[in-house]
Amino acid sequence: MPAAPDAVAALKGRWAAVTDRASLDHPALNVPASGLLGVLGALKEEHGFDMLADVTAVDWAAGAKPRFTVVYHVFSTASHEYVRVAADCADEAAPEMPSAVGLWPGANWHEREVFDMFGIRFAGHPDLRRILMWDGYPHFPLRKDFPLAGIETDLPDAEVVAETKTGAIAAPMMGGPFVAKAGGINMADAEPRAKDESWSERRPKPGA
Amino acid sequence: MVASDTELAYDSKIEGEVIVSRADAVINWIRSNSMWPMPMGLACCAIELMAVAASRFDIARFGAEVMRFSPKQADVMIVAGTVTYKMSSAVRRIYDQMLAPKWVIAMGACASTGGMYRSYAVMQGVDRILPVDVYVSGCPPRPEALLDALVKLQGKVAREPAASKLLSA
Repeated sequence: MPAAPDAVAALKGRWAAVTDRASLDHPALNVPASGLLGVLGALKEEHGFDMLADVTAVDWAAGAKPRFTVVYHVFSTASHEYVRVAADCADEAAPEMPSAVGLWPGANWHEREVFDMFGIRFAGHPDLRRILMWDGYPHFPLRKDFPLAGIETDLPDAEVVAETKTGAIAAPMMGGPFVAKAGGINMADAEPRAKDESWSERRPKPGA
Repeated sequence: MVASDTELAYDSKIEGEVIVSRADAVINWIRSNSMWPMPMGLACCAIELMAVAASRFDIARFGAEVMRFSPKQADVMIVAGTVTYKMSSAVRRIYDQMLAPKWVIAMGACASTGGMYRSYAVMQGVDRILPVDVYVSGCPPRPEALLDALVKLQGKVAREPAASKLLSA
């Protein structure tokens, strides 16, 4: 029966570079990218964390050192405990991380999604293609320097572009996004189309 | 008889087995009362589209119950749901495979304008790649709203100069 605090202590004792990570819920570790597969492998084979629940990443914004952190959540189906493992990417321009597909085949699509959204390449991944956006999309949408509305690009299909003369546009935000704060805004004013063209009980129809 | 066919009159005592009418009226009557939908169900609107086809709302009352999953047999594409940019090429390709005459209903806020998805991933209205005939508001629309859209589309078809279009094609 694995116990997450014991596993974390054992890993810290075994590798000097493995350190505690601030966490509000599950035990968490900071791991150097070079030692990542060793730590994940030990968690899986020796400590019974047999399921890879999630792979995701954090973009700490341009200029931050490190810029990208990849985060893994491993789960024990025996004791129902989680351990979080985080590893920083060394390079900002071409971030890279070793692939965990050899340990968990289920890491395949998670890593493709992280690659798609953040542009982090996973060394040793058998099929590193985009999974949500189309092949050939030139941006990485979850990076901090990518605007919420998007960036004007071509549609996936050149034939459709030739026929319709249209492309992927930056979505009209109409003054949004609208985030309600406590005691804050009136949602009738905040609704995109209500802002300049509509009327409500607070703002009657002009000339009516 | 449907209301739009006031010019289509038949008196068997006078005319025997001959019906006199305008070609436009006959062609449009046939077209508008057997519109086979291509159900382009992409999101939650497709659930309402299923309700439209089921017995409570029963789109068969308007001759449009034959959902065709082959675009070659369909007359009207009902775009029901969020069109992402990644899906846009498939939507356009299926529309291109439909045989003329063909029509498009944009069902719901997403298909009409992108709806609440002011996003890098979602096409801001399917009318950017398709010629939409009828837009249906709602998120999702009530089944009655889609039925109303179909009736409106039938009204539009009834006004088309079908015969001259056929001869000039």
